[in-house]
Amino acid sequence: MSTYKLVVVSAGTSDPSSTRLLADRVAQRVDALAGARGHSVALRVLDLRELAGEITTALVSQLTGPKLAAAVAALGEADGIVVSTPVYKAGASGLLTSFFQVLDNDLLIAKPVVLAATAGTARHALVVDDQLRGLFAYMRTTTVPTSLFASTEDWNDPALPKRIDRAAFELVLLMESGFAQRIRDESWNAYQHEFGSAGGTEVGIDLDSDMMRLATGGSAT
Amino acid sequence: MQFGVFSVSDITRDPVSGETPSEAQRIDAIVQIARKTEEVGLDVFAIGEHHNPPFFSSSPTTLLSHIAALTERLIVTTATTLITTNDPVRIAEEYAMLQHLSKGRMDLMLGRGNTAPVYPWFGQDIRQGLPLALENYNLLHRLWREDVVDWEGKFRTPLQGFTSVPRPLDDVPPFVWHGSIRTPEIAEQAAFYGNGYFANNIFWPKEHYIRLIEFYRQRYAHYGHGTAKQAIVGLGGHVYLARNSQDAKKEFRPYFNAAPVYGNGPSMEDFMEMTPLSVGSPQEVIDKTLTFREYFGDYQRQLFLLDHAGLPLKTVLNQLDLLGEEVVPVLRKELAAKRDPEVADAPTHASLVKAKYGDKAPRQPRPNANRGDNVTGASPYQDSAPELEASYPAL
Repeated sequence: MSTYKLVVVSAGTSDPSSTRLLADRVAQRVDALAGARGHSVALRVLDLRELAGEITTALVSQLTGPKLAAAVAALGEADGIVVSTPVYKAGASGLLTSFFQVLDNDLLIAKPVVLAATAGTARHALVVDDQLRGLFAYMRTTTVPTSLFASTEDWNDPALPKRIDRAAFELVLLMESGFAQRIRDESWNAYQHEFGSAGGTEVGIDLDSDMMRLATGGSAT
Repeated sequence: MQFGVFSVSDITRDPVSGETPSEAQRIDAIVQIARKTEEVGLDVFAIGEHHNPPFFSSSPTTLLSHIAALTERLIVTTATTLITTNDPVRIAEEYAMLQHLSKGRMDLMLGRGNTAPVYPWFGQDIRQGLPLALENYNLLHRLWREDVVDWEGKFRTPLQGFTSVPRPLDDVPPFVWHGSIRTPEIAEQAAFYGNGYFANNIFWPKEHYIRLIEFYRQRYAHYGHGTAKQAIVGLGGHVYLARNSQDAKKEFRPYFNAAPVYGNGPSMEDFMEMTPLSVGSPQEVIDKTLTFREYFGDYQRQLFLLDHAGLPLKTVLNQLDLLGEEVVPVLRKELAAKRDPEVADAPTHASLVKAKYGDKAPRQPRPNANRGDNVTGASPYQDSAPELEASYPAL
């Protein structure tokens, strides 16, 4: 019935990477569950490792390199997003947080997101809920209720695939509901935007504003 | 088409020699740079305004009137005058004075200023920067056009029966450019008043201003000042020149790497690729500069940043020689050949006088006699319209 654009963002750095593996398994389950409901999924994977140079460039200057620009465009069009990061020093990878920090505040509004993290020890299990959710709340995304976390011992625990299934199903239902698109269609202007924001797509100029009246000789209110 | 240089007035350690010029040396150097700008055949010299070290240019009209006195043809202007933290009444007075002293060889560019601490130093709030800029310009516009102004706004104490002196030269206000790279309201204000619009075109990718310049052009036409092509657009640009490309890159790289706005981030080559920065031979700089017209349309003023990041005076003067001898003459020729005949020239005092008076003599305001309390009574000038009854606040 519908084709959903799914974007995987992985901050894993090794190859193969367990962080990427976790994200891929979510993506596979999203594809299977959406398929069972008559939809198809077009998958795009952003391995942040390949964007690392352009991400740091964007952090310290106003320059957006071509790979980063393509990543922004992909996220802007995404119907659903899977975010996966390794845990370093009890926190999400700086590569991942840096990437999301350079995006426009309004790029991901209302989009459904699965949050996932991997670590060497189960003691980091709350990184997703304690740290990542705050970042994605700031971006005003719709994070699915089930967080995913895999430490070494989880990879042969049958509970992990069940949680992956749950998160994937939540994502499929949120994509199917069309929630993000309806926010965009019906309520987009209720959010704060700047000229050129939302990845360069926000180029409408509202001439009927107090500031525009002041620009044209009116008085400040 | 006007060509010139603009300086932000930074006093920066030369990363090659290790020397930091004194304020006295740098101020002396800027005067030499301005004189050289005229000597090599360029048209415009612009200075920024800052109120903190490591910059020297806190008082642009003082500097510019000195430069105007030392030159014959050069148009002196600003890049930018802070329309947020300056009182618009003081801008009206100081720049009208500069206009008289320079015999009309001046204009000015307004900008908001993005140094946050400057705002509270002058009793303002950066969060109100945009409405402050818009309201202040609305007042400035009237102060130069109405002999007597009654005014009340949000940010400044009200004015009753106020006359800004001196009146503009020939009663023709200085031409104003509005500088902005990301604010549609500033482009709208420039268009509404038929003023110029300037994009600094340095440090940032061009995509940031392509849309805004297009918007300004459309709105300029909307308000009936002319066609979109006739809108008055100015652009900056940052260049470093040497006879050949390799030398230019080799010579400029240590300055690039140490510059706060450039260094420790993307490489010089990345910046050249993604922004208007041009480091190379005269031909390379010509080629890059010619692309601006393709992106932004025919425009009226091109200013180059040359003296930034600690470059020694001798190097800057050499840059001006190369620019004047090998770059600007070619640009003038090429741009003139490509120029749409519909496009207007940048306004000058002479063209504005002609537009206002045709062949008639310009107005020369002469004040009425001092009433005895250092004001001129109901009407400030002998030829002020009789209905202009100034009402002074009761003491």
